[in-house]
Amino acid sequence: MASTVARLPDAQLEPLARAYKDALAAKQRQILIGIATLVVALFVAGYMAEVRIGEFLRHIDRFPTYIVRLFFLDTGASVFTDIGEWFWGWKHWLKLLVETMLIAYTGTFLGALAAFVLSFVISANLSRTAWLRISVKRFLEFCRTVPELVFALIFVVAFGLGPVPGVLAIAIHTMGALGKQFSEVVENIDMKPVEGITATGATWWETVRFAAVPQVLSNFASYALLRFEINVRGAAVMGFVGAGGIGQDLIEAIRKFYNSDVSAILILIIVAVMLIDLGTERLRHALLGKERS
Amino acid sequence: MLKIRGLSKRFGQKAAVDDVTLDIPAGSFIGVIGRSGAGKSTLLRMINRLIDASDGSIQFGDVDVTRLKGQALRDWRSDCAMIFQQFNLVGRLDVLTNVLTGRLNHVPSWQALLKLWSADDKAIALAALDQFDMGQLAAQRTDSLSGGQQQRVAIARALVQEPKMILADEPIASLDPRNTRLVMDALLRINRHYGITVLCNLHSLELARGYCDRLIGMAAGKVVFDGLPGELTEDVARELYGLEAGDVMDDAAPPVLVPGMAPEIAQLIQA
Ligand SMILES: Nc1ncnc2c1ncn2[C@@H]1O[C@H](COP(=O)(O)OP(=O)(O)OP(=O)(O)O)[C@@H](O)[C@H]1O
Ligand SMILES: [Mg+2]
Repeated sequence: MASTVARLPDAQLEPLARAYKDALAAKQRQILIGIATLVVALFVAGYMAEVRIGEFLRHIDRFPTYIVRLFFLDTGASVFTDIGEWFWGWKHWLKLLVETMLIAYTGTFLGALAAFVLSFVISANLSRTAWLRISVKRFLEFCRTVPELVFALIFVVAFGLGPVPGVLAIAIHTMGALGKQFSEVVENIDMKPVEGITATGATWWETVRFAAVPQVLSNFASYALLRFEINVRGAAVMGFVGAGGIGQDLIEAIRKFYNSDVSAILILIIVAVMLIDLGTERLRHALLGKERS
Repeated sequence: MLKIRGLSKRFGQKAAVDDVTLDIPAGSFIGVIGRSGAGKSTLLRMINRLIDASDGSIQFGDVDVTRLKGQALRDWRSDCAMIFQQFNLVGRLDVLTNVLTGRLNHVPSWQALLKLWSADDKAIALAALDQFDMGQLAAQRTDSLSGGQQQRVAIARALVQEPKMILADEPIASLDPRNTRLVMDALLRINRHYGITVLCNLHSLELARGYCDRLIGMAAGKVVFDGLPGELTEDVARELYGLEAGDVMDDAAPPVLVPGMAPEIAQLIQA
């Protein structure tokens, strides 16, 4: 059979093949070492955190029984026998659910707005002032590292119970998270328009407005929508610390063993989150689709 | 008159522009020629202050351009409009908005940021576009235009800056012959009609000889030729381009009139 590749003589072939085999073996060794380290680390971490596998396995049946119990009314009947009784508080819960959405929406909006402005300040390709860039970057890092619930707790202490602390907590966390994602989008823009606008004698903000913003807008919107999805889940538990929304009723039902209420509220939250995910996903695809055309 | 004195730009050890001294009288059409990497782009960028010089000075009247800052720097940039090989327009904005960005230094920032262009500014931008037969394309997305059309938009943007000088960095390098002529004719018309100084980097000697009043040849960051197009002998060209000389010279071109040049332009030159 005719071949377009001449077979090397063995003397020449042998060293090449051996080098390849050695390289492969080295790679496999590395992977094995990696897996071993991971397993050891897992056990060490479990021991330190007092995760007792035995204890866990002995009580593992409690988890499904708790779930099952959530689906029985106080009378002992299954919730499915009396849907009206199961969702007895639906009006109140829906109102709280709407409040939860509003907390998520307002928090996302405010956070995204701040992230929008700051992302240009901290992007390596546009920033002109190193100290400003570094300090804003560190600040945003702080904002996204501290969990939302911690911010919410602090604001509840400062401003009292209600949705305002929830909105602020989500806005701050969103600013930190989106600021970073936005700045990564900005760092990938085409710099030729930036040069073109700078050369006309435009100010820095004008250059951002006309050369950078048109290139990033659809990506920004897509990231903000994704963050809104995440924030709806975050807002659902804001009530745990008294920062508004449906979480307040959920935690109360859990603590007081109103079992059927827990399942009813959870189902409402899950359905709402799914609807929002579906809606934002379609929006984001439409946005990115427009981008490509 | 622009006075460049001992201007240098170093990138690390390498001098991209090396001790260049030049006088650029107002109203001239000057071609800067030289092989790739000679430092032509770097020279133009230093004049517009897109990059800062390592050494030397650029004097315009009694202003030291290399020391300008803030509003004064932006005014200077607006005075010497840049035209780029890759057009450097904002592809996602429409044509008219791209031209209007040339007005940014002339309008208050808050108005510009909200895109509240005055009727005057819009009229100026439309007139500039119309001058290059692009008036009907004002509403089109800029990245849907052909290269030649985009470069004409870029020239319109430069014009509405009301510049004293135009710095064109290989404005025709990515264009076909027909568009090359359209763009070079446009630059020549701007120079002859409005008396705007044009400093134009060119790769093709034939075009440089056809359009420019004076040629500056650069090699390895230094000026090695400065004279009339007619004075550029084959020997000098060989020094400038080395082995590439044959490529860029082709057949000897007529000194001023390029064959196929639009008649009104030819008239302008003869006048
Ligand atoms: N930002 C930069 N960093 C490092 N070196 C650079 C930079 N810009 C330009 N140079 C170098 O400076 C020299 C001159 O570059 P310049 O772009 O001015 O050449 P040119 O004459 O415009 O060439 P061309 O015809 O290819 O556009 C080149 O050797 C280039 O590699
Ligand atoms: Mg160049």
